[in-house]
Amino acid sequence: MNIESQDFYTQIILSMAALVGLTSFLMLGQGRLLRLIFMFAVQGLLLTLTTAVAAYSLNNHHLYISAVLTLALKVIFIPWMLRNEVLKTNLHRDVEALANQTAVMLGGASLMVFSYYVLHPIVQTTSPVMLNALAVSLSVMLLGMLLMISHKQAIAHVVGFMSIENGLFFAAIVATKGMPMVVELGIAFDVLVAAVLFGIFFFHIRSSIDSLDVDLLNKLHEVDK
Amino acid sequence: MNWLIAILQTTLFVALAPLLAGWLKRCKCYLQNRKAPSLLQPYRDLLKLVNKQPVVSEQASWLFIKAPYIIFSATVLAATVVPLIAVNLPTSASADVIVMVGFFAFARFFLALAGLDIGTAFGGMGSSREMTISSLAEPAMLMAVFTLTMTASTTNLSFAISHVLEQGLVLRPSFAFALFALILVAIAETGRIPVDNPTTHLELTMIHEAMILEYSGRHLALIEWASQLKLMLYGVLIANIFLPWGIAQTFSLHDLGYGLLAIMGKLAVLAIILAIAETLVAKMRLFRVQEYLGFAYLLGLLGMLSHIILEAAR
Repeated sequence: MNIESQDFYTQIILSMAALVGLTSFLMLGQGRLLRLIFMFAVQGLLLTLTTAVAAYSLNNHHLYISAVLTLALKVIFIPWMLRNEVLKTNLHRDVEALANQTAVMLGGASLMVFSYYVLHPIVQTTSPVMLNALAVSLSVMLLGMLLMISHKQAIAHVVGFMSIENGLFFAAIVATKGMPMVVELGIAFDVLVAAVLFGIFFFHIRSSIDSLDVDLLNKLHEVDK
Repeated sequence: MNWLIAILQTTLFVALAPLLAGWLKRCKCYLQNRKAPSLLQPYRDLLKLVNKQPVVSEQASWLFIKAPYIIFSATVLAATVVPLIAVNLPTSASADVIVMVGFFAFARFFLALAGLDIGTAFGGMGSSREMTISSLAEPAMLMAVFTLTMTASTTNLSFAISHVLEQGLVLRPSFAFALFALILVAIAETGRIPVDNPTTHLELTMIHEAMILEYSGRHLALIEWASQLKLMLYGVLIANIFLPWGIAQTFSLHDLGYGLLAIMGKLAVLAIILAIAETLVAKMRLFRVQEYLGFAYLLGLLGMLSHIILEAAR
């Protein structure tokens, strides 16, 4: 299977998969919160484009609605909300010292290899293109988890969580050629509700420990260590 | 006939390089609300420098005087390798991209030696910085170019470009990565703004300028011309590898003229993008350059990986 022999739609999907994977790596290595949020918005934009391309080439009109929802939520609303939060708490000047960044990046790379390894049997039942797209979306999910583990700020955790959802969404668009409308609307509202809930959590964390650094939550321990 | 066209192409390369520099300067002037000099100003500068008597320090050895000629001719030789208006020319068919990188390294070696030769503090500082940056930039550049050569299964630029042309428009994830990597490397290697400022003479920030501070007259003209040529070379490399459409595949007058127009158009657009980037971005600290070039290397590596994973036959 050469890329030249694939149709144009597959080529676009593969390019998008590569770019989405790249944005995940960029987020993983990012110490500044505003840039992290910007990269998250870029990933959302790539998802929107993928959805729109899928809608166009599969002639599946309700995917356009899903694309618009992605654009509104993941490119505009959630980044805007997180950005406001960062500016309000004056975190945008801090550079988060990432503990052992090289190891984290290497771990990210090995997660990508791992997801290829795990999904390799899928080639037996479907096209190799599906393997690539699914492997990239699985690694986007795993990289999102790694992002949550390696960063300390609660806002970075939210970005990591949302990028896990991005990975799932990418897999859903590519693999199912468009989910039922109800499912898509449900997911979109789940994301919206999650964003609002996180806003409330931020408020609570900040009012209890005066910071969004979750490592400081240890202060709430009743027994002194 | 083929050799004649090859010589014509190299002459065009050398002749058009100052024009590109003039156009770039004009774009930057428009963006910065300044009055732009004429497009021909770089030619006038070169002419003025050639007519001036060069001043050479008493301490300078023979190397200092020979170096500008070596640098200029090595850069011109590198230019013969890159297809400008036509592919399948004998000069570009006989040498591949590794030879081109070799010519660049050769020119840079002599430039660094000339910077050290005169014994001023600036020269040595500039040389050491240049070597640091180029030692990081070279692997990144090779990585980016190898992505292309793996797709075309040849390291020869001319054949690789023909291969890309034959396949028509194919969207390759690896090319997107390689393009970004090559742009980052090109900016570092030609000494443009985030890495080096070509117009500065502030001692703390200059890299390229520090090495050539002692040059004057025709020696300076040759070095300036060589660096303009290098800028154009990288521009042509980016434009012709990733967007080769318009380049002449036969040697008819019509095709060659069309190829010339196409490459001039592509370079003009690239120069506008470069000017916008230079206006928006501030110069980096010297010690952040390794992060920047490390990122370029990472992109090149990702390009290669995505070629193997996403594109290759299985």
